[in-house]
Amino acid sequence: MSRYPVRLTAVLLAALALVALPAGSHLTAQGKGTIKIATQSPLSGGQAALGEGIKLGTQLAVEKFKGNLEKMGYKVELVPFDDQAKPDVGVANAKNIIADKDILVVIGHLNSGVAIPSSEVYKEVNLAMISPANTNPTITDRGYASVYRVCGRDDVQGVVGSEFAHATLKAKTAFVIHDKTTYGQGVAEFFKADAEKKGIKVLGFEGTEEKSNFDPIITPIKAKNPDLIYFGGIYEQAGPFFKQAREKGVKSKFLGPDGMDSSDLTKIGGKAVVGMHYTSVAGPVSVYPQAKQFAEDYKKKFGKNPEPFAAQAYDATAIAVKAIEATAKGGKAPTREAVTAAIRGVRHTGITGSVEFDAKGDPKKALYFVLQVVSDNPEKWGDNKEVKRLVIAAPSK
Amino acid sequence: MDYPLLVGIFPQVLLDGIILGFMYALIALGYTMVYGVLEFINFAHSEIFIVGAFVGVEILLSLKGAGLLETLPWPLVLVLILVAGMAGSAALAVSVERIAYRPLRAAPRLIPLISAIGVSFFLQDLIRLVESVWRNAFNLVYPTMDVLNERFELTSTLDVSVKSLVVIVAALLMLWALHAIVNRTKVGTAIRAVAEDQAAASLMGINVNRIISLTFLIGGAMGGAAGVLFGVQYGLINPYSGFIPGLKAFTAAVLGGIGNIPGAMVGGIVLGLLEAFAASYLSLLTGGAFGAEYKDIFAFSVLILILIFRPKGLLGEVVRERA
Repeated sequence: MSRYPVRLTAVLLAALALVALPAGSHLTAQGKGTIKIATQSPLSGGQAALGEGIKLGTQLAVEKFKGNLEKMGYKVELVPFDDQAKPDVGVANAKNIIADKDILVVIGHLNSGVAIPSSEVYKEVNLAMISPANTNPTITDRGYASVYRVCGRDDVQGVVGSEFAHATLKAKTAFVIHDKTTYGQGVAEFFKADAEKKGIKVLGFEGTEEKSNFDPIITPIKAKNPDLIYFGGIYEQAGPFFKQAREKGVKSKFLGPDGMDSSDLTKIGGKAVVGMHYTSVAGPVSVYPQAKQFAEDYKKKFGKNPEPFAAQAYDATAIAVKAIEATAKGGKAPTREAVTAAIRGVRHTGITGSVEFDAKGDPKKALYFVLQVVSDNPEKWGDNKEVKRLVIAAPSK
Repeated sequence: MDYPLLVGIFPQVLLDGIILGFMYALIALGYTMVYGVLEFINFAHSEIFIVGAFVGVEILLSLKGAGLLETLPWPLVLVLILVAGMAGSAALAVSVERIAYRPLRAAPRLIPLISAIGVSFFLQDLIRLVESVWRNAFNLVYPTMDVLNERFELTSTLDVSVKSLVVIVAALLMLWALHAIVNRTKVGTAIRAVAEDQAAASLMGINVNRIISLTFLIGGAMGGAAGVLFGVQYGLINPYSGFIPGLKAFTAAVLGGIGNIPGAMVGGIVLGLLEAFAASYLSLLTGGAFGAEYKDIFAFSVLILILIFRPKGLLGEVVRERA
């Protein structure tokens, strides 16, 4: 230590200056500090289309609603994280998020399998997560006070799917495939259980992580010739599967959950997916009358149509900002605990309808849709036909 | 158990397995040839393979953009993308050898192996970077040529599409050409000589460096062809698509006896068949207790069994004799 007294002093001084500087800048600037809103969604990889939609929807909302907070003297920032649709990356990001004390709320994720372990991390510090897209029941069934979602649940969505298969598609037999993720397998199991109850014969239940070669799975399906194939999973896997199945001459109808809901499904699946149905907790922006302005702003700013869940992310962010405003009233600096608690009290009429949370963090009433793909042109994904719309309360357990 | 169903799908599964097997065989050649001359595993070969697929899809997309995809005769388009894919992958394989392996040739065997794994990661993310900047896409879809999707119904339960036939014919041609090059030409003799003893070969006036480059060139070209066929057959590729088929092909090379060219072909076909049968039959035979997701476990268990009883692979390992 004493060998380099001058250097040591210099280093210490520099360190001191670094610590002191931000504190000093608090005094000089008029601001009270920064409030950060984080997003976590896949921004790279095969599901980036949806993940980016969540980020951009949030960005639009932050810009639109930050005015009040700025008037109070706060700087409002968006911090996007890329969870790559991988649980381990999501958790690593979550640890960085909780280390940044300015982050008061997380909007995310896209994948339930990523949201569940990540929210365990947020919970440690009582940091609120508002999910625009996670439908697996476990998300809220754990009863964490810091976990919210603005969309419906898979135990309802799976049943909406089987009801549609039974009553409208008149399917007598079905083959169920899933992607082995928390989300995909979860919703596939809810579909299967209810379909069997309704008398649909389930000819097979297969999980696969395969992304390119579906031949050996399709061959037995073709031989069994089910009326319907249900794919519990995401478009990047379902797209090539449906395409290869049609190419191999499978004539069954296709059905899937909201993981199908991206223009990339038609980009990959092409003509094979035209006419297929999918259930969703998020209708295309065109079905929400209040979302017209949002769709226009989005298109103007980012040069593309909003992907599904972008509008949900927009609403989730609006709720978050409202809660932060409520806690910041009276000049108090908003804390994570206060924001988490305040969200429960927010009643928000957003562009996708009004949201009010129940004790678990589910919306008291959620919308469910059955949609039909109308065109193999990805640009026309937003025109998908709404076949059915249901308002269903979250199941109480 | 539904016996008519089990018997009925048999020919189709056999065909699926053979197609997959040919794909593995073509990729496995790259591993096995490099192992034959250098005794190390070129783990970057899975990326060399998928680069072929990317070259193919880029050409198809630009043809489509120019409106030529529908007007040009389809066999010409196929030959074009195959040749381009082979050239792209071959060039990449040769440069990888030149940059990442040759400087390490005198180093212990583990060092170029680590270098190969590094190259593999580098190439994966390089492809991802280039494609996201160039096309703003992660998954690339092979444009469909309707002719290729036409199907011939052979029996009520067996049909074969034009593209499957293309894959089989192209793979057979490629394997035959390779066999001819290695066994009937002077260059092939030189490759075999270098594989047997580098020092002696160089004393006989063989330019060892050139022959090693040539080995990478041929192995890369085979991998590139496999990449294009993979894209045509399965339709969707992304920068990481090469990894799993590459690993399987490596397994196929070991299964057939690494360093042994006919062994790679046999190993590829055996592995393809094992996988196809496991994926199609496991759930039917076990009443749904084991599904298609166990296909790899099944295929690799068989691999372990084979290697226990034939540790040098089905056709025997080929390594140079040491004095």
